[in-house]
Amino acid sequence: MAAPATSYASFRRSLIVTGDEVAHLVTLAFGATVVLITVLLVWNLWGASAASRSKFGIGFLWGTNWDPNANDFGALPFIYGTVMTSLMALVLSVPLGVGAAIFLAEMAPPGLSSACTFLVELLAAVPSVIYGMLAIFTVVPLMHDYVEPALKGAFGYLPQFQGPMLGVGYLTAAVVLAIMTFPYIIAISREALLEVPRDQREAALALGATRWETTFKVVVPYARLGILGSIFLGLARALGETMAITMVIGNDSIMHASWFAPGYTIAAVLANEFAEATGKLYTGALVELGLVLFLVTMVINALARLLVIATTRKGSAKAA
Amino acid sequence: MKIPIAVAGIMLAGAALVSAQAINGAGATFPYPIYGKWFEEFRQKNPSVEINYQSKGSGAGIAQLTEGTVDFGASDKPMDETQLAALKIPALHFPTVLGGVVPTYNLPGIPDLKFSSEAIAGIFLGQITKWNDPRIAKANPGVKLPATDIIVVHRADGSGTTFVFTDYLSKISPAWKSGPGSNTSIKWPAGVGQQGNEGVAGMVKQTQGAIGYVELIYALKNKMEYGSVQNAAGVYLKATLDTVTAAAAGAAKNMPADFRVSITNSPGKDAYPIASFTWLLIPTHIPDAQKRTALVNFLKWMLTDGQKNCAELGYAPLPKQVVAQELKQISKIN
Repeated sequence: MAAPATSYASFRRSLIVTGDEVAHLVTLAFGATVVLITVLLVWNLWGASAASRSKFGIGFLWGTNWDPNANDFGALPFIYGTVMTSLMALVLSVPLGVGAAIFLAEMAPPGLSSACTFLVELLAAVPSVIYGMLAIFTVVPLMHDYVEPALKGAFGYLPQFQGPMLGVGYLTAAVVLAIMTFPYIIAISREALLEVPRDQREAALALGATRWETTFKVVVPYARLGILGSIFLGLARALGETMAITMVIGNDSIMHASWFAPGYTIAAVLANEFAEATGKLYTGALVELGLVLFLVTMVINALARLLVIATTRKGSAKAA
Repeated sequence: MKIPIAVAGIMLAGAALVSAQAINGAGATFPYPIYGKWFEEFRQKNPSVEINYQSKGSGAGIAQLTEGTVDFGASDKPMDETQLAALKIPALHFPTVLGGVVPTYNLPGIPDLKFSSEAIAGIFLGQITKWNDPRIAKANPGVKLPATDIIVVHRADGSGTTFVFTDYLSKISPAWKSGPGSNTSIKWPAGVGQQGNEGVAGMVKQTQGAIGYVELIYALKNKMEYGSVQNAAGVYLKATLDTVTAAAAGAAKNMPADFRVSITNSPGKDAYPIASFTWLLIPTHIPDAQKRTALVNFLKWMLTDGQKNCAELGYAPLPKQVVAQELKQISKIN
């Protein structure tokens, strides 16, 4: 009891140290759950797909037949549908989304910008089944009545634009996915553009660049990583999208060259067939499709990393 | 004094909940509306028995019965030999109600089309691609059919409805039998898949020249137009609750002892050809005596008084002969 102040201080110091340690352990545990969940997920999918993996082997990836009655399963129509619709969606939504973000961040008057941003964030939070309904009642008839006939008229000599126009199929699914990924791309690209330091702009303007040149030669290249990030987030949503796609893609497990034709995606076939699937092989094949989707997502994420690394080396901006 | 009484009341209610016999089942979605009503009515008559039913799909029902996680299953498709062999305790099939499947199409100004067996198989095989094909026109003299494309719409989700429809197609068309075959999901030779009856109906309604198939109950509830189908006797019939029940009566004469029977393309002039039973799957041996008594009582009630509920919910009731055959089967549960 002689030196209460000292002991109190040492007590506090020890508390801080242990507090740090506790925080370290707690956050480590939180971090570990990410790894744990990923490992558990893969392990689970791997185990549950045993029957299908041993029967079809690696050929599952390029098998084109999906016939529950003949117990013959191949993943290619679904991989093709998933990748095709997602990439087509990005081709549509990236120019639109990035363009809109540039406008909102750089050009629009502040009042308009904040109003639009609010709407965009609202759109990003709309559940996908709502987009599915919008698609069925609006996009499908529009595609069927106007867009597909126009495309057929203009590019009918290409195999992609031939065949009967059903209103549902790869192209419609891609348009719906584009609508769904669009708000993500705008919201995140806009944030990235706003993060560009003020002095970058001022320096460009001081060098005699016009506002237009400043935006395209300085601001957009500087925010490039954030914009890429927004695109990959959009892509991730497109690859895994289920409800809205099931409603508009036509759910046909035969591959078609025509973009007007019905197709299928991995997420859609899982949603449709899993509940009624019977037998080890059939359920195994469906689980293996889940594994394939995981793989596709990983490959695309890896490609995204590579792209980021490649562009960082060339450019002036630092990696985020 | 009020609080202790309330507490006692809650405790009593808790005790009552605990003592109520909970019986769990899972399976087909198609009969869910009437099963829900039956279980509720049966509970009102027998407050000590509570039957819970999860409508997860026939496949899931069979899987859960096999794993032993439910007391009974339900399916729109009879179990096959491999599925029966996988069961630890053998199960009995009890037909409960009947369903029909109807062809619905979108051709403005052309109601009541008649579909011959040849036409309906050809359309869904993708061999008949135009509405004015002679194979469709033959059964519809005087109807001006357009020269437009036929757009086939089928179920994308695994479904008992698809099983009944493809089972019918397999019986009337050798090409279908050796090709796509019958199951709850199949590899469709043509067309677009949509989810659920509402998905198929919606797509057909929206697309001129489309044809799909939906459950009779769904078509009746939504007052949809649907076509007539040629039956085994060569008569064109529109599906109604009566023609569907007649299909079961036609099949009753040759009913196998285990009730695992397909009644599509059933003989008889009034028998609608795309009809099916839906089954409850009850284990032959139920160790818990209370549960056994409760289930047996339920089956007896369902086959007699319960059948009277069918029509108001749009289900076709079982014919009398089948009810008599089933009542005998109940004694096999021990």
